[in-house]
Amino acid sequence: MSQEPLTLYRLQACPYCERVVRVLSELDLDYQSRFVEPLHSERNVVKRLTGVRTVPVIVDENTGVTMAESANIVDYLERTYGDEGPLAEGATTQAAVSDGGA
Amino acid sequence: MDFDVVDLPATDHPTVGEEAPDFTRPLVNEEYWEDTSLSALLDSGPVLLVFHSMDGAFPATYLWNELRDRRFDDYELTVVGLSISSPYEHKSFIDEQGIEDTGFRLFSDPSNEVARSYDIEYSLDGMEGISEPRPAVFLIDAGGTIGYTWVAEEWPAFPDYDDLEDAVETELA
Repeated sequence: MSQEPLTLYRLQACPYCERVVRVLSELDLDYQSRFVEPLHSERNVVKRLTGVRTVPVIVDENTGVTMAESANIVDYLERTYGDEGPLAEGATTQAAVSDGGA
Repeated sequence: MDFDVVDLPATDHPTVGEEAPDFTRPLVNEEYWEDTSLSALLDSGPVLLVFHSMDGAFPATYLWNELRDRRFDDYELTVVGLSISSPYEHKSFIDEQGIEDTGFRLFSDPSNEVARSYDIEYSLDGMEGISEPRPAVFLIDAGGTIGYTWVAEEWPAFPDYDDLEDAVETELA
């Protein structure tokens, strides 16, 4: 099963974004970075996606999940793509992934 | 316009019938930027690639005002610029020029390597260590072949916009 690249909305030098990047790298996931503005008020693209203007945000076409908050994202990534996850590399069945958490 | 112009040396830039060198750089729109290749843009059709001077220099302002006013966004064509300005500068420039609704996007190449690969690098007098692309326009068909080109032979210089419109209309006909 080939993985569609995840989209990561991030801000340069944002530690919460780097935390997500680290997990994406650990899980060896393809992702595409979209950098947004430091100014909160300028982040309408993120607001349209999640209702808030915080980053990081990920969009995962493989599961239909769009999610903010780094702790939630890290949890979601590990649950979905980690060793036991339904979309782990080498997983034989493509289980349905539910809402993806909070 | 009456300028004291600087003659630029001859170049060996790619020309009509040749393949446009591919590259990947951050491409900036009104909301964000992401690494994008020229070849990925060509997947959706012809591309007008416009090399311009730094955001903030008057030639960049004139050029994008003209492309906006002539409604180059109405063509079935991807219009992208490229300068050595940072993504942050590009994003401000898109706002300030009022081109956020045009779909025009700008590549950021502070290293100026893309201009070097097109052989249109130009070292700026009085700005030690900074080079930028000389003004140039490449109309590239979906197969990656150059259909029209204009490269400045003096500085400053602007493309002949009527010629450019004709070239685009011919390409899309």
